[in-house]
Amino acid sequence: MFTFSKYHLATSVNEAYEILTKNRNNGILGGTAYLRMGNRNLATALDLSALDLDYIREEDGTIELGAMTTFRSVETSEILKENFGGVVARSVMDIVGVQLRNVVTVGATVFSKYGFSDFIPALLALDTDVVLAGGGVMSLEKFLESDTTRDILVAIRIKKNGRTGNYQTVRKTKSDYALLNIVTSNVDGDVKIAAGARPGRATLAVKAMEYIRENGLTAETIEQAGKIASEELVFSDNMRASAKYREAICKVMVKRSLREVM
Amino acid sequence: MLLETTINNRKVALAIEHDEYLVDTLRKAGYLSVKRGCDTGSCGLCTVWVEGKPVLSCSTLAVRAGGKKITTIESLQDEALEFAGFMADEGAEQCGFCAPGFTMTVLAMKRELTNPTEDEIKHYLNGNLCRCTGYVSQLRAIKKYMGVEA
Repeated sequence: MFTFSKYHLATSVNEAYEILTKNRNNGILGGTAYLRMGNRNLATALDLSALDLDYIREEDGTIELGAMTTFRSVETSEILKENFGGVVARSVMDIVGVQLRNVVTVGATVFSKYGFSDFIPALLALDTDVVLAGGGVMSLEKFLESDTTRDILVAIRIKKNGRTGNYQTVRKTKSDYALLNIVTSNVDGDVKIAAGARPGRATLAVKAMEYIRENGLTAETIEQAGKIASEELVFSDNMRASAKYREAICKVMVKRSLREVM
Repeated sequence: MLLETTINNRKVALAIEHDEYLVDTLRKAGYLSVKRGCDTGSCGLCTVWVEGKPVLSCSTLAVRAGGKKITTIESLQDEALEFAGFMADEGAEQCGFCAPGFTMTVLAMKRELTNPTEDEIKHYLNGNLCRCTGYVSQLRAIKKYMGVEA
């Protein structure tokens, strides 16, 4: 059961950060849909919903998403549908239902680094930074590798550099958690391949990316890139699929996805 | 703490626990159409509208509804009755347990989508589970209710 002793509606990010770092049992409220399924007992729960962090906007060559933006806003955003081959908007479409997507926030999902996330691999396949109240701006890749736990994710910035992307997912039923997500992107031959729901935290298939960079993106190389990605990524078993199954479908998903960004 | 909000166009002030979820607040206040189902955010049974958007009340903290407009099916009786007619005509109503949440989502969809495709209807209703009907009769009813042309 998820409980908290005190509730505080933050009046600024700085104030929230100060309260957060004062006590290790203080925490941030995101959408609270997943938080409630755990057993956390917070001393003070900090609510960022009055800080105008629910927005998607284009500025200075980036698309910025505020931390409190809901998945439904991501899904229906014309800006996100029109950019990056629509992968960011597409990535959240299969997540349960409209009612949950109207609750879940991008900040909580990314900050929590959920392994099952459909959204994080889409961001990772693009040139994405996270803006943290304490840690400043850092690449999403670096953030996912970090052990940051006491900070506030304020915004997500995606560089608008002409990348086009493709999103592939395999699920047992349409709105179930994914067995595996593969997202690829390409700008002028610079290819990124991200994998999520391995079921571990989203990661890049760096060896496969390097192979494409050296050998180009062709009908022959995408086949090999799929094989390399499936060998370099670490998969695990869970109740939805075995590591072996994930490895097998990865090969095909990477190939299919790369074909779409050629 | 005191939650000042508007439920079905009535301003109310309700005593709540700060970590209470909206489903509990609404039921305590007598809005018994709002049911607790799976309690994991999966079934759509507890759907209400906050500021006109369908949300899961089991996953929304009550405190977050402060100063906002909450709508439950109790205030949408005429529309719900009209939709129920289409459901009955298609044999789409069985045990009725999922009906309040399901109807709230359908009425929200009618406001949001114009002449949706079958896929768009299915997509919008992905978050509502019904263990009786198999969805085919419901889909027929929804298409007729929404005046879907194709």
